[in-house]
Amino acid sequence: MKWFTLDFEKPILELEEALRALRKQSEEQKIDLSSQITQIEQKLEALRKDIFEHLTPWQRVQLARHPRRPYMLDYLQRIATDFIELHGDRRYADDRAIVGGLATIGPHRVMVVGHQKGRDTKENLMRNFGSAHPEGYRKALRLMQLAEKFRLPIVTFIDTPGAYPGVGAEERHIAESIAVNLREMMVLRTPIIAIVIGEGGSGGALGIGVADRLLILENAYYSVISPEGCAAILWKDRANAAQAAAALKLTAKDLLDLNIVDEVIPEPLGGAHKDYDVTAANLKKALLKHLDRLLDLDEAELLEQRYKKYRKIGEFARSTPRKRRMAARPEAAPAPTES
Amino acid sequence: MEVFEKTGQPKIIETKQKKHELPPGLWVKCKQCGEMLFAKELANNLKVCTHCDYHFGMSAPERIAMLADEGTFEETDADLVSVDKLGFTGVASYTDRLKAYQRQTGLNDAVVTGFCKLNGHPVSLAVMDFSFLGASMGSVVGEKITRAIEAATEREIPVVIVSTSGGARMYEGILSLMQMAKTSGALARHAQERLLFISILTHPTTAGVMASFASLGDIILAEPKALIGFAGPRVIKETTQQELPEGFQTSEFLLDHGLIDAIVHRKQLKPTVGKLLDYLGNRRFTTRKNN
Ligand SMILES: [Zn+2]
Repeated sequence: MKWFTLDFEKPILELEEALRALRKQSEEQKIDLSSQITQIEQKLEALRKDIFEHLTPWQRVQLARHPRRPYMLDYLQRIATDFIELHGDRRYADDRAIVGGLATIGPHRVMVVGHQKGRDTKENLMRNFGSAHPEGYRKALRLMQLAEKFRLPIVTFIDTPGAYPGVGAEERHIAESIAVNLREMMVLRTPIIAIVIGEGGSGGALGIGVADRLLILENAYYSVISPEGCAAILWKDRANAAQAAAALKLTAKDLLDLNIVDEVIPEPLGGAHKDYDVTAANLKKALLKHLDRLLDLDEAELLEQRYKKYRKIGEFARSTPRKRRMAARPEAAPAPTES
Repeated sequence: MEVFEKTGQPKIIETKQKKHELPPGLWVKCKQCGEMLFAKELANNLKVCTHCDYHFGMSAPERIAMLADEGTFEETDADLVSVDKLGFTGVASYTDRLKAYQRQTGLNDAVVTGFCKLNGHPVSLAVMDFSFLGASMGSVVGEKITRAIEAATEREIPVVIVSTSGGARMYEGILSLMQMAKTSGALARHAQERLLFISILTHPTTAGVMASFASLGDIILAEPKALIGFAGPRVIKETTQQELPEGFQTSEFLLDHGLIDAIVHRKQLKPTVGKLLDYLGNRRFTTRKNN
């Protein structure tokens, strides 16, 4: 994989480089540079903290999209002891942007379903950059209903810029494939945990995201629209994406404050891509904790709680009713307008 | 969710929402055939061009007057108003925009809900209004539609939703996205009780509304030549770098691809929905017969 760094990661990389050079020099020339090394180490630590504890929402979006960020299968490799992939929606195709199958995680046999991005150009063509077509959502539902039938809990991994906007997707009714998943996931009689591991891109994310527990990694985001899309509409310029990212309240912390997510899973300093193993261990710990709790609930209670979880989302007020023209018959209706 | 933008759609379809209402008695130019139409005559014709059948946009109150049996509509939750939970800091404040649209439309938000009779059948009716912020779905729209569905489940009656929408309401961020799950979940419970949901799609219905309740009808009807889809045509064109097929994302395109039950001319809408209610609207009668 090609080396890739974000702008705000660069000062850290430069120091890391300097540290490596110093150590090499010390070793090769057999001179004691330990005090300089310690000094740089401390500086590096302070710089890391300074940058990563004050990330802007837009910087977090960039981390969530980092090409070296761990994807669903990277986690599965680390948290599952077994995985049998199951393919296809039995109707049209196997959408590789969504992966699903049977897995063993800790003591539990579960059904996993999630978006999968590609690591390089070739793989990204196959995975469609994690943007699923209707087939992907229908495969996901097929597997989740299989899980319900055989009483397996469901774990979904969300990591998509959005459902694919294309002619074929519209022809095969991408909107319906997502809508049906929303309706059916609400009433699936088995526990569901959804984890946003990277990009939570609007309806394409929610399409496998209705769950009893919603967890999110520290630098992942979840939003109704991409910051660029929002900026293009409200600011008339995609260059305002950073402002849009802040306005949309899309970071893990924001979503916790808004009571949308149940827990934020910590990432190592510098982001998930700095240490796959540590991130995966954190994810596994949180996942098993919530799964244990959900497995204690009886089915009716589980479904009631899930319904209420979504039922209560929304903020509004009451005003004094304004004058209406409700009683208007067509002939008394306001004159036709420029609509 | 992409909020619908006024570009890239077939030119036969109107693109502008009303900025001002013309005083009654004026002439109106048809967007499709260019004919000058006498405004009152157009209103009496359910805002369908008398020359070319072009369907002009309709407000929620106009649609309710068209669908509900006279004098039967009782509005619910008229007083729910949106709040700026996110403190949306952008080019314009959300609160200001809400106020402007409330003044302009006489509505509190983008959907009107209530109970009525339709050809004698009691139904829970929700009608969206594109002139209020592109009928985008925020907390109020999601809440009112959810309540309309839950009330229908409670009363064991059908729900009829007339949709139009540019999608989820960006100003409410993730809260608006989650209304998709909330409304769809309410429909799951309504469906479990074997109750009927008729979804009527009007120009335009896109994005978050299309990817939730609007696509979940037992019966899905569309007005002619409405723009209906998930992603906006401009976004699709930019993403795929392809020319879009002719008539892409119109009602007729959806019918051809097997995605909706029927296209219904506005003048036939009430009689059609009435007949569907005759067939499917009385669960108790059907179950008694079957048992
Ligand atoms: Zn005309």
